[in-house]
Amino acid sequence: MKLNRIGYPYLIWLGIFILIPLLLVTYFAFTTGDSQNFSTFSFSIENFEKFISPIYLGVLYRSVKLAFISTLICLVLGYPIALIISKEKPKIRNIMVLMLVIPMWMNFLLRTYAWLTLLGKNGILTKVLSFIGLEGVSLLYNDTAVLLGMVYNFLPFMVLPIFSVLTKMDNNLVEAAEDLGANRAEVFWKVIFPLSLPGVITGITMVFIPAVSTFVISGLLGGNKSTLIGNLIEQQFRYTGDWHFGSTMSIILMVFILASMALTSKFDKEKEGGGGGLW
Amino acid sequence: MVNRNLKRLYTFLIFAFLYAPIIILIIYSFNDSKFRGDWSGFTLRWYAELFRDREVIRVLYYTFAIAITSSIISTVLGTVAAIGIHGMRGITKKSVLNLNYLPVLNPDIVTAVALMALFRMARLQFGFITLLLAHITFSVPYVVLSILPKLKQMNVHLAEAAMDLGATPMYALRKVVIPEIMPGIITGGLLAFTLSIDDFVISFFTTGHGISNLSIYIYSMARKGINPTINALSTLMFISLVALLLIINNRSEKSKKIIQERR
Repeated sequence: MKLNRIGYPYLIWLGIFILIPLLLVTYFAFTTGDSQNFSTFSFSIENFEKFISPIYLGVLYRSVKLAFISTLICLVLGYPIALIISKEKPKIRNIMVLMLVIPMWMNFLLRTYAWLTLLGKNGILTKVLSFIGLEGVSLLYNDTAVLLGMVYNFLPFMVLPIFSVLTKMDNNLVEAAEDLGANRAEVFWKVIFPLSLPGVITGITMVFIPAVSTFVISGLLGGNKSTLIGNLIEQQFRYTGDWHFGSTMSIILMVFILASMALTSKFDKEKEGGGGGLW
Repeated sequence: MVNRNLKRLYTFLIFAFLYAPIIILIIYSFNDSKFRGDWSGFTLRWYAELFRDREVIRVLYYTFAIAITSSIISTVLGTVAAIGIHGMRGITKKSVLNLNYLPVLNPDIVTAVALMALFRMARLQFGFITLLLAHITFSVPYVVLSILPKLKQMNVHLAEAAMDLGATPMYALRKVVIPEIMPGIITGGLLAFTLSIDDFVISFFTTGHGISNLSIYIYSMARKGINPTINALSTLMFISLVALLLIINNRSEKSKKIIQERR
């Protein structure tokens, strides 16, 4: 059957809309000149040299740090809830999974924006804090607010993959471990957790990537003080107009993410072959 | 017993965390004051204003026009692509799959600036067409990824049997392959639609000439304060989605019951 030929148009599509744009960004990254006029471009690694300065490296470090902490918080908060849901009866389980997905149907910008109301000066949380004696604690426009926004937005992405691995897990293995005298902690750390690792790794990937590259959450909740690498890229393309430096930062971000994915997938021995073998 | 209550409390807290902003948004869509933070009485005027606000209606029109068009096109393109990829072998298959994975793994902002660079180089005018192309670009890989597993599950000999019995390849495709992978196609199409409706980052970089979807509109308002009509609009959209879901759920429960009773 010669059905594989009908895949060729998509090959052309991939070439035009995925490969060429990335090559263009790479080209922009290694050139300087007037971003609007291709004839002024000249090869240079100036942009990379510019990036290796305490200011920009500091921003990259902050982005990675915040994304790492938020991924960790999502894992610590999300794993127990995934475990709880997976042990419910199928009917309750389905409802709870649905309840994890439903919030995502409201525009994520609006949901993030709503935190401004909750955390603001007259917000409920500020009032609760001042009631218990923590008066004048600023909840908005700092790293804590950005972290909260990240955890809020990406928590379901951590819970769902872990949950789906846990429900497919063979319960006989847990029972076998119990029969052989393992206590509950041992059952968890030696049987359940190792078996759920593929889900954990998918979860980490799905939280870390959007967290490290966000500019919306930091822009809304972090105020001007909280600049992340995403904000820098946004500024270069939308306001400053230096597409070359913006492209350099995009390439650095992309290479960083692909490298860390390659590293994490090394731990993921059970990964199925086929798609994504490169990572 | 203590353990069980602890679990319940924990589950409650997590869901409270997830739903708190949504509840706040819904409450404030009924707030008489234009400023968030202070409550000055119940009103329905934001809902009334919503239908008079030309700007909001225009934004809503573009959001749905883009979402519907891009999800239909990417479902068709993705289905054809998935069937093609399934038939490929070796290095071709592997490289196509990896290329297909790139937009999924790449941060949105990188895909966004890459497309922005492409459209600029091709001298396309930023607006509806570029926005549509961008949405198709980031949706198709998800459609392909939801259809491929269904193709893998399919019995390889089904299409061959059909053709042995005299069906042309196109006929076999239409009558055998497509029905077999239909659940994957539907999942992919719905996914494409949801991704498109909710997208901000890629749209933000690839639109122009006053064409905004809901997310861009909200972002542009965020600094000066979001108009409560937007709260009203999202409340309506959210409630209609949940209602739709409950209806579908109810109907499938009923049909399950009918099937069980027949047995």
